[in-house]
Amino acid sequence: MELQQAERTATQTRRGAGRARYLAWLALSMLALVLAAGVAVTIGPAEVSLTDVARSLAGHLGLPGAAEVAPLTDSIVWQLRLPRVLTAAAVGAGLALSGAVMQSVTRNPLADPYLLGLSSGASLGAVCVIILGVAVALPAAAFLGALTALVATLSIARVGGTITPGRAVLSGLAIAQLGGAGTAFIIFWAAKGDSYREILNWLLGSLAGSSWSSVVISGTALIVVGAGIVLSATRLDAFTFGDTAAASLGINVNRTRWMLLGAVALLTGAMVAVSGAIGFVGLILPHLVRGLSGPGHRRLLPLTVVLGALFLIVADTLARTAFDPRELPVGIITALIGVPVFIVLIKSRKAAAWS
Amino acid sequence: MVVILDRVSFRINGTPILTDVSAVVPTGAVTGLLGPNGAGKSTLLRLIAGLETPDAGGVELDGSHVSRARTPGVRAGGVPGLSRRETARRVALLEQNAAPSVDLTVREVVLLGRIPHRSRVLGSFGGDDDHRAAEESLEMVGGSDLADRAWHTLSGGEQQRAQIARALAQRPSLLLLDEPNNHLDVSAQLGLLGQVRGLCAGAGAGTGVGPVASPGDGPGEGDGPGDGDGAALTAIMALHDLNLAAAFCDQILLLHHGRLVAAGTPDEVLRPATIAEVYGVDCDVIPHPRGGHPVIVFSPAAPVPTFPPTLEPEVTQHGRGSA
Repeated sequence: MELQQAERTATQTRRGAGRARYLAWLALSMLALVLAAGVAVTIGPAEVSLTDVARSLAGHLGLPGAAEVAPLTDSIVWQLRLPRVLTAAAVGAGLALSGAVMQSVTRNPLADPYLLGLSSGASLGAVCVIILGVAVALPAAAFLGALTALVATLSIARVGGTITPGRAVLSGLAIAQLGGAGTAFIIFWAAKGDSYREILNWLLGSLAGSSWSSVVISGTALIVVGAGIVLSATRLDAFTFGDTAAASLGINVNRTRWMLLGAVALLTGAMVAVSGAIGFVGLILPHLVRGLSGPGHRRLLPLTVVLGALFLIVADTLARTAFDPRELPVGIITALIGVPVFIVLIKSRKAAAWS
Repeated sequence: MVVILDRVSFRINGTPILTDVSAVVPTGAVTGLLGPNGAGKSTLLRLIAGLETPDAGGVELDGSHVSRARTPGVRAGGVPGLSRRETARRVALLEQNAAPSVDLTVREVVLLGRIPHRSRVLGSFGGDDDHRAAEESLEMVGGSDLADRAWHTLSGGEQQRAQIARALAQRPSLLLLDEPNNHLDVSAQLGLLGQVRGLCAGAGAGTGVGPVASPGDGPGEGDGPGDGDGAALTAIMALHDLNLAAAFCDQILLLHHGRLVAAGTPDEVLRPATIAEVYGVDCDVIPHPRGGHPVIVFSPAAPVPTFPPTLEPEVTQHGRGSA
């Protein structure tokens, strides 16, 4: 009896240690995020110090301690770099979160936010604006394209009755091919001069065009849709052993899957609309975070949001400074970082878990 | 928990899977669901768990409908119905060959069983009660030492034990097992069924139909610690092995082509004639030398029967094509 008691206390201590470790990671990541955001704003061709950033921020937010900053510095911080860093944070967080949900809902470790053809739809919408000159705002066109692709994918997946993960993935593949063909056709047919570079920039994903309106679009989507997703953590856990297990745990499998796929589509659509299709964030980050948090979604999702934001801030800062004065699309950087990380991940995992 | 199957029928795309199945499973009993592949065993379990809706008839758990045929326009009165969550707190289902999509520890697997008890929204932030219930469940299956092991490092028998602990964490009154012995070696099979037997007996059985197979026959692990809540645990399991069913079940439901062809104690159901008719195999039934419950001894398929096959009971020779 005493032995049992001792054993129980021991497991409680171990569990407490696990939670403390997780909370430490979460706190550390948040700190790193804030720090990285601040530092990222100071980096660039024009000299800006952290104090300038703090002062400029305080001034615009009407906080106490606001002091005079040179008007030029102030506008570099407030008009150029801060919106870009904030957009990077929101997009990184949104894509990583979408990827985590996609992997769980489809029970497929290779799933990413673009699995249902969203990015190809968005690209088609974007080329229509950039090359064909359709008179719609670029983000709106990309968002509409993403939603159209989603609806098309789910309609195809639905032909055989209920939507199964496998069917959804295959339909997404078909729609992605179709969207890709459409995009290629328009570029091939009508693109001239500098629009090539512009569209390539967009296809690879870039945050160069970020403004306060991109912050509002991506930030709102992240807060509204992301909160809903984080609150569904328990439901996502229920899918671990598949549909039947989820249903026998009291989950309405079809409705939950529809709602989560819809939420991911909205979130990803908003992100793609402001930044183009940035690859690898949604695929890699969830795997990386699972190593720290464990597979339970109550821990996985919050940490994924924070680390996704941090990752894309770092990647984007590299993209705009590493080859100064030339700026790369951030999608190239995320792939350059992502692929080696992925290889290490595959090697370190027990083969059984991913077979 | 008393389970009443009331003329349950179920079709998929017009093909009848189950037809007019009626049966009563008393509280605390271990019921074996037998029948050849495709007889409808898994489907019946899914209907009892409320995962499918019957086309006709209904399933009642302790006086509440878990699933029943929808009659358009008629708001079913009288018997209250259970929501998905309410059902999940009463009924736990162990599927065949379930595997997780990510690598979990046993503790995490068992905690999944607490999902129906968590608050819908705030449940996403966790609580401590869950852990206590999970640890108790693991203790009940003698798996406390497995808690921190990764799922993929477990043997088949240990995985099934973890799954049962997960099911127990749901605090069910009814445990449904779909071919729990798949891929297990003999000792793991006996251990598992003994465990199920013990869990039901420990909850104070006694209402079982005919106390034929006394739990004492079950090798090892027979004495279950019993359910803390005092509610009697009832079990229904789909099995392929007739001898294990005879040794561990209080009653047997035998399905053939979606119809219930026999129900009763192992002695009543497992007769050579019935087995020949349903499975198309030749066998003898003899009493177990120690326990006395029926043991089915199969004979290799006779080349070509030289006499007309008969279906009379107690005849021990049956041609292969007699069904």
